[in-house]
Amino acid sequence: MNASNKPVNQKAWFLILPVLVCVAFSAILPLMTVVNYSVQDIISPERRVFVGTEWFAAIMRDEELHAALWRQLTFSFAVLALEIPLGILLALSMPAQGWKASAVLVIVSLSLLIPWNVVGTIWQIFGRTDIGLLGAALQGMGVDYSYTGNATHAWLTVLVMDVWHWTPLVGLLGYAGLRSIPDAYYQAASIDGASKFAVFRYVQLPKMRGVLVIAVLLRFMDSFMIYTEPFVLTGGGPGNSTTFLSQFLTQKAVGQFDLGPAAAFSLIYFLIILLMCFILFNWMQRVGTQAKEGDHA
Amino acid sequence: MARIELNLAHAYRPNPQTEVDYALLPLKMTFEDGGAYALLGPSGCGKTTMLNIMSGLLVPSQGSVRFDGKDVTADTPQQRNIAQVFQFPVIYDTMTVAENLGFPLRNRKVAPDQIKKRVGEIAEMLEMSGQLNQRASGLSADEKQKISLGRGLVRPDVSAVLFDEPLTVIDPHLKWQLRRKLKQIHRELKLTLIYVTHDQVEALTFAQQVVVMTRGRAVQMGPAADLFERPSHTFVGHFIGSPGMNFLPGQVDDSGVHLCGVNVGLPISGVPLPGGDITLGIRPEYVQIVLPQTPGALPMTVGQIRDVGTHLIVSATISGHAFKVRLQSTAVPFAVGEQVWFRVMGDKTCLYKNEEIVE
Repeated sequence: MNASNKPVNQKAWFLILPVLVCVAFSAILPLMTVVNYSVQDIISPERRVFVGTEWFAAIMRDEELHAALWRQLTFSFAVLALEIPLGILLALSMPAQGWKASAVLVIVSLSLLIPWNVVGTIWQIFGRTDIGLLGAALQGMGVDYSYTGNATHAWLTVLVMDVWHWTPLVGLLGYAGLRSIPDAYYQAASIDGASKFAVFRYVQLPKMRGVLVIAVLLRFMDSFMIYTEPFVLTGGGPGNSTTFLSQFLTQKAVGQFDLGPAAAFSLIYFLIILLMCFILFNWMQRVGTQAKEGDHA
Repeated sequence: MARIELNLAHAYRPNPQTEVDYALLPLKMTFEDGGAYALLGPSGCGKTTMLNIMSGLLVPSQGSVRFDGKDVTADTPQQRNIAQVFQFPVIYDTMTVAENLGFPLRNRKVAPDQIKKRVGEIAEMLEMSGQLNQRASGLSADEKQKISLGRGLVRPDVSAVLFDEPLTVIDPHLKWQLRRKLKQIHRELKLTLIYVTHDQVEALTFAQQVVVMTRGRAVQMGPAADLFERPSHTFVGHFIGSPGMNFLPGQVDDSGVHLCGVNVGLPISGVPLPGGDITLGIRPEYVQIVLPQTPGALPMTVGQIRDVGTHLIVSATISGHAFKVRLQSTAVPFAVGEQVWFRVMGDKTCLYKNEEIVE
């Protein structure tokens, strides 16, 4: 049946009204508030001036923002570069069946169950040189470790914390992918005399591709919006060394009450994420259809 | 190339107690070097278990596997140098057709120019020469299975090539063609081929020796003619042939075999029979129609006459037992519902006690 012989009933539009209302209140109106702020200078609750694109121009030239954006991108790519290979390694080393598999699954998921701010607190204590295991151990080995005083140490600590927190997610996704490979593939590879590495390279990795794309997508988005853990651990310091985009935004909006620039930047931030989503989603779709063709064509 | 000797049993669960716990009951079997064998039996009879034990994917829970007299029970498939093709196509998605075919050789560090030559030959044989540089993941199921077959045949020096119902996903026309190819390869390369199937036509046309299996037991091994003429177990008689062998229960005494109240006489060969219960088996092809009241003939009621093109299949009953007769002529000398007399004792008749042949 094609579209032209379907009955036309414009009243059907009313059926989507409830959704429209919900979305309006939860997303469109708040977003419009931000748009409203971004084009005005709010001097006091009674006085405001329309400034057009001035805030956008200003924020785009903001050196601090450039630094935060650069820091954010470096961080997100470092997260992916570490968590994806480690997650694959984790998935490969998890037992396939029996009580061990269940036990390992629970243990591996533990870090995923810890709230973000608690993760920050754990690492804050873990990294202390007087009472923390990590800090004291590094101190003992002769490293003058301080995540509050040394910018590199702070940045690395935040990175390692994120790896500790989220690698299990990649591991679990990879594990699910591995378990869906039929035994026949391993049997055939064994008959063909494939080495362990060849099995990984030609059987496991290609079959895990789908879940790994999802893992990359999730970890990229999530790390791009990281806020709570560095906020609790370092507060963005020392200096600006661990001030990532969302914290930079919070400082502007809540710390300094620069609502106009903060709103303008929120929109840019939003567009960056939208762009990334778009690119990654399309990439994922393309990979997905290729896999499908492989199955049926 | 190797002579494969099996002397083993296998249970998937530990501590098997009864026969039901075994996937393969204790068996002794020898596959000669260079032979073409088929393992034939219904689903779940233990064919694939036996194949996987031979290839080394599975270690038997009891007994041993010997290749040319050498115990290889604990060896991996690589060490045994076995090739195996599975029921469903397994291909390496990221590789081209040529890379797929050459993969077993590349893993064994064969020189690239030799791989190229061998892959060329195999592709030629499978009629895939034009697709060598295509990505394997985009092919149809047929073509993927052809690649799987090719990977099984690409190594010229294997101990044996094992096929686990490899033509299940292939369409009938191509199936016939590929089976012929396999026979041709067998003649040319003199490889030991072992072919698992539940299709009797496939088994009988492919193999020199067919092993018929049921419920974890290999009940008979022999050439197609033996399986047809002298089934050593009632299962073989029933499973081979279309329709299968007719079986009628009866008793033996000195005067002859009594079936449904009729003494049909003693076997022509004169072999002494054990007394008591016995089962008479006769192929529908070998039943003779005789005149009414002929001594030793069984009166039966004709239930159905089916024309299957080249011959007729007559279904009749006697005392509630179904009986099938195959007639070559298209002229039927009787009609449905009539009583007809059949002679069942002849030189093609087999007699069974406890399902095993006695004569």
